[in-house]
Amino acid sequence: MFAADFEYYRAGSVAEAGQLLAAHPGAKLLAGGHSLIPLLKLRLAAPAAVIDIGRIAELRGISTDGDGLRIGALTTHAEIAASDTVKEHAAALAEAASQIGDPAVRNRGTIGGNLAHADPASDLPTVLAALGATMTVKGSGGERTIDAADFFTGMMATSLGDNDLLTAIRVPSAAGRGNAYVKFSHPASRYAVIGVAASIGIGTTGGGWMAKIKGEPKETVCTDVAVAIGGLVPKPLRCSAVEAALKDQAPSEPAFAAAAAAVSGDLGDDLLGDVFASGDYRKAVASVYVQRAIEAAAGRVG
Amino acid sequence: MSSRIFGSGIRRREDPRLITGSATYTHDIVLPGMVHAAMLRSSHAHARITRIDTEKARVAPGVVAVYTGADIEGALQPVPCAWLLPDSQLRIAPYPCIAKDVVRYTGDIVAAVVAETPYQAQDALDLIEVHYDPLPTVTDPEKAAGDDAPQLHAKDINGDDIPGNQAFHWTVAGGGDLDAAFAEAEANGVVIKERILQQRLIPNAMEPRGAVAQYTRATGELTLWNTTQNPHIVRFLCSVVTGVPEDKLRVIAPEVGGGFGSKIAVYPADFVTVFCSKTLGRPVKWIETRSENYQATTHGRDHVQDIELAATKDGKITGLRCTVHAGMGAYLSTAAPGIPTILHGLMLSGCYTIPALKEDVYGVYTNGVPVEAYRGAGRPEATFMLERLIDMLANELDLDPADVRRRNFIPKFDDGHEVVTTLNYDSGDYPGALDKLIEHTGYQALREKQKAGPSNGKYLGLGLSSYVEICGLGPSQVAGAIGFQGGLWESAIVRFHPTGKVHVFIGASPHGQGEETTFAQIVASEIGVDAGDVKIFHGDTDSTPMGWGTYGSRTTAVGGAALALAVRKIRDKAKVLAAHLLEASVEDMDYEDGKFFVKGSPDKAKTIQDIALMANVAWNLPEGMEAGLEATTFYDPPNFVFPYGAHLAVVEVDASTGQVELTGYTALDDCGPQINPVIVEGQVHGGIVQGVGQALWEGAAYDESGQLITGSMLDYALPRADLLPELDVISTVTRSPHHPLGVKGIGEAGTIASTSAVYNAVMDALKPLGVKRVDMPFTPERVWRAIQEAKGS
Ligand SMILES: Cc1cc2nc3c(=O)[nH]c(=O)nc-3n(C[C@H](O)[C@H](O)[C@H](O)COP(=O)(O)OP(=O)(O)OC[C@H]3O[C@@H](n4cnc5c(N)ncnc54)[C@H](O)[C@@H]3O)c2cc1C
Repeated sequence: MFAADFEYYRAGSVAEAGQLLAAHPGAKLLAGGHSLIPLLKLRLAAPAAVIDIGRIAELRGISTDGDGLRIGALTTHAEIAASDTVKEHAAALAEAASQIGDPAVRNRGTIGGNLAHADPASDLPTVLAALGATMTVKGSGGERTIDAADFFTGMMATSLGDNDLLTAIRVPSAAGRGNAYVKFSHPASRYAVIGVAASIGIGTTGGGWMAKIKGEPKETVCTDVAVAIGGLVPKPLRCSAVEAALKDQAPSEPAFAAAAAAVSGDLGDDLLGDVFASGDYRKAVASVYVQRAIEAAAGRVG
Repeated sequence: MSSRIFGSGIRRREDPRLITGSATYTHDIVLPGMVHAAMLRSSHAHARITRIDTEKARVAPGVVAVYTGADIEGALQPVPCAWLLPDSQLRIAPYPCIAKDVVRYTGDIVAAVVAETPYQAQDALDLIEVHYDPLPTVTDPEKAAGDDAPQLHAKDINGDDIPGNQAFHWTVAGGGDLDAAFAEAEANGVVIKERILQQRLIPNAMEPRGAVAQYTRATGELTLWNTTQNPHIVRFLCSVVTGVPEDKLRVIAPEVGGGFGSKIAVYPADFVTVFCSKTLGRPVKWIETRSENYQATTHGRDHVQDIELAATKDGKITGLRCTVHAGMGAYLSTAAPGIPTILHGLMLSGCYTIPALKEDVYGVYTNGVPVEAYRGAGRPEATFMLERLIDMLANELDLDPADVRRRNFIPKFDDGHEVVTTLNYDSGDYPGALDKLIEHTGYQALREKQKAGPSNGKYLGLGLSSYVEICGLGPSQVAGAIGFQGGLWESAIVRFHPTGKVHVFIGASPHGQGEETTFAQIVASEIGVDAGDVKIFHGDTDSTPMGWGTYGSRTTAVGGAALALAVRKIRDKAKVLAAHLLEASVEDMDYEDGKFFVKGSPDKAKTIQDIALMANVAWNLPEGMEAGLEATTFYDPPNFVFPYGAHLAVVEVDASTGQVELTGYTALDDCGPQINPVIVEGQVHGGIVQGVGQALWEGAAYDESGQLITGSMLDYALPRADLLPELDVISTVTRSPHHPLGVKGIGEAGTIASTSAVYNAVMDALKPLGVKRVDMPFTPERVWRAIQEAKGS
């Protein structure tokens, strides 16, 4: 476990990080180091230069504005897990962060590093896909935002360019909706074998003028259903079949079970697996975790 | 004083230095002019080496030297196997320190680089080009014994063939007519058959292995700092392999961060490090990485067990027949042949009266890491066989597993009981242990709860494991008879300084178990000094007397006995001196809590500190008494000790996913009188958790080409605190009749019992679902698949 030689630079600001990136093509940014350092030590990565952004204060912190949450890229998993603001606005995110690795990983690892690394077994990409988050990115051409749906492009691949720095994550306000994250952890790595994030609103249907004439009662149903799954797919997958199956259904155990069962349609057959849990098995039990996630999310509405 | 210090849970004196990072491990040794070695390990599990090109590495920055198999020829002998199992057609394959022609597992060293820094050594490794001609591989011990398996070794060290990769075939048989017992059971009773896979385990000591060798050319002396459980054995074998005479060879085991058996063996890399230092005349450090530890440091278990149990219809065992294929890995590690045989087969009677039994053990070479002792070493595998088959018998007869155990237990005994495998157990109350466990845990109530059926899709399971184990190894005469190439006694020197402070020099070499504390407690309780006044020296072959190592739960049982007897010698001498000083006759003297006095006059006592001073100044000694207050003992135990107990595991299995949760665990252990109950509890905790690891999470896996798939902690699942329930640890106290302190061992008991307890619990939970067998570890997928298959059938 000895990394190959590299040059080390520490950036004091976002601007300086940008300059260093431009000056050292092929350099790697170092945030919490909990994905990059293992790669260096295994010599699976051997960049000529490493640029440490870990002490850039402006990249750290959790705040809210009218539109929802803003989380700086360097905010650690532990900070997110402990934040009342996150718990209030995006319970699933705090829940996921609290289940990452172990305390050491959570104290060092950052949300930005987690997303940029885009490990298919990571927890946060799945949550952010379900919550419809957007990423704020600073590149050589200035700042831009990328939807979660477009940010993850494949296995350990994102739309971040060589000179891009992920600066913040915005999570839209989840007012009126409940959300939850349910995880099947690998007992060794603690990464997700299966991770499911769900966001659900509950409202009423019916009540239009015809229904009023007929005197039909309003019905309580699931609205705004968003479900994403990770761990067994190369990048977080929005489960449109599950979402469609649950939308406008009255929240009930049978409805949750039926919707969860639809996940096999979303997943297809070409799934990730390993010696511990094959793709087939993951697919077979995925609906159990989907059901738990949507039940938990629905239970948190209001 | 004596009654208070023996049996009190004082804090471990080792802990402050360990938890503040001020302990000195092998890796902390830094010497002037020291260079760093790195080992190039084979990239194939089985291949012919056709060419090695080291040129680029030799000229790389910082590189001092590069060595291959050709360079060590004549300088390093093959690594010896030191357990020459008798009557077993033992075939020891040559175990080279650096492979020259053929590599046989991915841990084989093909070259060593020495450089100024560890980074430079690592960089240079990547520059060595080795050309391999790959050969077919086999890692499954049963397949390796098959007719068409690839053959690993052409000849053994005596020039004999090694047909079928068979390293040995050992048999234990005893009791009455086994065939008749089975015939009778087939006709009128029951026969239970099972195949059990004891998967390969990686010991995972917290500190990986390493060595620092310092050879001084001017004197021809070598000092070797080594991560070892047995520095004196390393000195002995290092002398054989490297040619440095034993008197010029000093082995130091500094702080050693756990071993669990993996630091018993002597290893190629350590000898290569010595070779580098001898050749270069500079101190050389080699420390393995964790990945290297997984790849090259000994593994444990790896049995394929086929077992048949004969019993009557009312659940009385009448016979046991088993065949074991034990994977040995590519070479026979130092103590390897004794583990699946002596420490396993001899324990097959367990806590039970078994009228007849036979076991055949085939030790088989495979393209894997050599297999050695791993916590429990042979005994967990024996306990498992019995405890699993007894549960199966209970299922077959529709009896409670506890009842079947009761019907077969050896009745309580307190001074010897011989079983069919020739062992003479020292003392035990197996029925008593189970009864107490059952009462303490509310077992019946749990059974009632279970009858109510699954709740929330979760099935409750209960698993019992009654065990007895053999430890405190052991009488040296037995060691000789079973082919162990050493003695198994221990020795201690106790020295009183003039102020009454004590130095103890002891051969045993603990590495995390806490004996610096318990040894001090023994001295304190035997002679009434404060435990804090006793300093324990161990782990340095230049300053301590010979010791045969810390393994087989023997350090307190054997080393502690040596120490107690040495202190008693001192007490005897002190009594004579006290009598002399008090002008009384020795027969009239009494001793209590560190004070010697004339019977009836305790107020006019000489304290041990007074005596220590008078013995050291020697102004007024009785006629013929030598000055000083010091004693040496060599304690060779008359028999092994046999701790025992009963454990209960409670699990819940989620049938929809196959997830298993251990929800409760109670251990009742009897290791005799406990010198320090807190340390005992710590040992029990650690032991249980490692055994649970085998049942639920751990398992080294190789792919078809012999590459280790579980090559790091990302894939090899170790137990974690948050996956375990609160462990409930209780005990009873049965003295060993032959031991000076009555104590038995406790280092391995937890592991010996817990794997089968948890296994039985999971199978018990799966019973209503029709599942009959699942291989360990119980990964959710395996459990889920077994449930699906049972549904289908
Ligand atoms: C033992 C262990 C267990 C783990 N378990 C889990 C788990 O259960 N679930 C889980 O989700 N994760 C897990 N992780 C990963 C952990 O969450 C990492 O912290 C995370 O993936 C990377 O974050 P980091 O801050 O450590 O990034 P680093 O390792 O510093 O960087 C990772 C990558 O992201 C790039 N990068 C970092 N920050 C930025 C940025 N602001 N802009 C652009 N690129 C950037 C780096 O250049 C690098 O390529 C585990 C890690 C370990 C070591």
